[in-house]
Amino acid sequence: MHENEELVREFLIESCENLDRLDRDLVELEKDPGNRERLSSIFRTIHTIKGTCGFLGFTRLEAVTHIGENLLCRVRSLELRLDEEITTGLLAMVDAVRRILASIEQTGEEPDDDHTGLIAELTRLHALPATGTREPDAVGPPSPAPRDVVPARPPESAPASDAPLAADAVPTLSGGCGGADREGDHGPALRDSSLRVDVILLDKLMNLVGELVLARNQILQFTATQIDSSFIGATGRLNLVTSELQEGVMKTRMQPIGNVWSKFPRIVRDLATQCRKQVRIEMEGRETDLDKTIIEAIKDPLTHIVRNAIDHGIETPDDRLAAGKPADGLLRLRAFHEGGQINIEISDDGAGIDAAKVRAKAIQRGIVTAEQAATMTDHDAVSLVFIPGFSTAEQVTNVSGRGVGMDVVKTNIEKIGGQVDIQTAAGEGTTLRIKIPLTLAIIPALMVASGGERYAIPQVSLLELVRLEGEQARHGIERIQDALFYRLRGNLLPLAYLHRELGLTPAGQTEDLVNIVVLKADGRQFGLVVEEIHDTEEIVVKPLSKQLKGIAVFAGATIMGDGKVALILDVPGIAQRAGVVSGTKDHAPTAAQHAAGESGADTQTLLLFQVGDRERMAIPLHLVSRLEEFPSTSIERSGTREVVQYRNDILPIISLSKFFSGEQPAAPEMRQVIVFSESGQVVGLEVERILDIVSEQVVVRRRCHRPGVLGTAVIQQRVTDLLDVHAVLRAVEPDVLEVAGAA
Amino acid sequence: MSTTPSLSAAATGSRQFSTFYVDGLYFGVEVLKVQELIRYQDMTRVPLAPGVIRGLINLRGQIVTAIDMRRRLDMHEPPADRLPMNVVVRTDDGAVSLLVDEIGDVVDVQQEQFEAAPETIRGRANDLVTGVYKMTGRLLLVLDVERAVSVERPGARAAA
Repeated sequence: MHENEELVREFLIESCENLDRLDRDLVELEKDPGNRERLSSIFRTIHTIKGTCGFLGFTRLEAVTHIGENLLCRVRSLELRLDEEITTGLLAMVDAVRRILASIEQTGEEPDDDHTGLIAELTRLHALPATGTREPDAVGPPSPAPRDVVPARPPESAPASDAPLAADAVPTLSGGCGGADREGDHGPALRDSSLRVDVILLDKLMNLVGELVLARNQILQFTATQIDSSFIGATGRLNLVTSELQEGVMKTRMQPIGNVWSKFPRIVRDLATQCRKQVRIEMEGRETDLDKTIIEAIKDPLTHIVRNAIDHGIETPDDRLAAGKPADGLLRLRAFHEGGQINIEISDDGAGIDAAKVRAKAIQRGIVTAEQAATMTDHDAVSLVFIPGFSTAEQVTNVSGRGVGMDVVKTNIEKIGGQVDIQTAAGEGTTLRIKIPLTLAIIPALMVASGGERYAIPQVSLLELVRLEGEQARHGIERIQDALFYRLRGNLLPLAYLHRELGLTPAGQTEDLVNIVVLKADGRQFGLVVEEIHDTEEIVVKPLSKQLKGIAVFAGATIMGDGKVALILDVPGIAQRAGVVSGTKDHAPTAAQHAAGESGADTQTLLLFQVGDRERMAIPLHLVSRLEEFPSTSIERSGTREVVQYRNDILPIISLSKFFSGEQPAAPEMRQVIVFSESGQVVGLEVERILDIVSEQVVVRRRCHRPGVLGTAVIQQRVTDLLDVHAVLRAVEPDVLEVAGAA
Repeated sequence: MSTTPSLSAAATGSRQFSTFYVDGLYFGVEVLKVQELIRYQDMTRVPLAPGVIRGLINLRGQIVTAIDMRRRLDMHEPPADRLPMNVVVRTDDGAVSLLVDEIGDVVDVQQEQFEAAPETIRGRANDLVTGVYKMTGRLLLVLDVERAVSVERPGARAAA
């Protein structure tokens, strides 16, 4: 009942405001009957009140507003002209509505007033012949009581076709109001205990608090140099008060997620009726607060998920009973705070998503190949529903199933720095888990410096910091053509230098120190090399002016403690610019990689190279220890082999072209060599060209019996042979492998 | 931006302009469009931005983009030892600072002194000057603020 009490209160506050406007609008409209905008506004107001009171169980109010709405509808469709008589009727309705609302506010119940007269009058007005035509047949026969008509109708459908309501139906409506809360006796003070504040004013307050936070930071920096204890004490208090003020102002922008959820019971009910299903909705954590801007942003995605759950997730009562489940499906919404983020879960106990079906559909739609689908984990396969153009609905219903939706849900949530994950079990149901930040206005960020300027990196993108010193700094970074990598716990981490991406000259960078900020973008990791790493700070995000909006690498700007402006980096933008995540997004692999990035499987990073004139080959990058270029002149011979002096060792070089075709092409000036190392032994494989490094799910299409080739796959839409390094080494350098095998 | 004051000013035939110099040229912006005049401020460079954008300044908590008027008008770079001044103007997109060589007085001009911009004004200035007031001894060029602050998209420039 407590939840209802809150809803009723909100409904009252909103309706009272709307009614005041309604009076004005009606009077204005009478003077200017052609003003469609005003008419629509009136119509909307009444419609909103009617919809909400129906849901809250205020039957009298519903009866009055319903007939009022019908009347307005005829006026709106220009069948009736809004003359004095109709206006009077409508105003009388507004008054009645106001009386009912006042009674609800005071006693929690609708009054026992008799509205039969009013309803009869409105019905009469509604039944008036259309202006101009004066045909008595303009209206249809009376229909049953409003209680039966209203809830069955989806909210969007225009009530134009509705027949007028028989006045005699009203007395049968009981005075008891199911949804009203009898304990909600708050008296008339209700409207005084909360007030509506312009969001612009709140934004301004938020800005001012932002300034205050900055000034506080500045003073705190200054305080560190002071010894006067009373001054230090005062700044301590200032610090405390500022933090509390910041929190307080943030709270004014907060709204309970229940505000968005409150419309779901109605949606669920309408949809369930439409789909002939029985659905019960449960909500937990409605009071969880979220920033207003975030509330706005998640409204549509949440609605979509709820619609999907009912349309696709929950089965028909018959199917449910057959599966041994109760006929009523359960849709559960849950919200809670966790680690500075909001978690929202939407779960249903429906059929779940059949991974096999998703695979089949994805293959049919050409999103993945059959081989790719076969090697995917079920979780990855199910995550394919987030790819644009994907829908598993057997048939397109008007509720969902048009293949737009889940991808939009994902995009919208990622736009505000959130994440979506889907968990499903066949026959048991589906859970969508959304994680979103609390607020967008003040965010924690890591401050870094490059090229003499400071930049802020939003903490949400930050994974870890790596600092390389001395020898590690000089040799820890490996190069494959222009691409740089660092081996982070055995995996190659693509690197980007911030100063290079921004076109700056590094200020005082030393060879002995490399700072890597490990970031995630689009579900993939990369390392951003910066010159200095400072503290993390709470920063106030400010938008850039329109002259700078087109620069994708910046997300905004902020003012630092010392009063200087610092730019906020847009991590996906940087990654894109540096090319460390694929620029032309091929959605299927991206989603798969995203999933794989979490499960740590399936996707392989491959080195692509060319052997001979045209053969493309690939090997897993983790087998490669280095890529080297040697001038032809440095190649020496030892017996029949070519060798080169390499890091105080002798590196045997095997030409792959010679291995496969038997002939060595004319030696170029610079020889490209892939260096492998096995138990301290190094071997170099010479190739004609290094082509690229890709992260893809590799599916071997065709096994191959050619020695040295594992099989053939399609990588980057081109046929590529997978090199069997061990086979090559075994054939050419048996001793190397023996040692390796022995070790 | 508000039309009422300029209308009343037009009625009396007199308008007020805040003036400044860029590479020897004498420019004016209607006083109502000028938020404030301040001396040189430390700026934060914006990498990858068009060259005319010199950086971002902190104007009492407001982040303001500074546009170098010499570069905007395709004029010579200023001597390195001379720091520009900020003319902060109000635009549709919030405050923007115009970096100019020197700030002049606020002057009253009469409608009869006005003449449309002569077509012989060379280069960029031609786009940005809407007219000329013939003052005693010199010409006051009326700067179109909205056009002056609309810098081509950085993306387009980067591609060029």
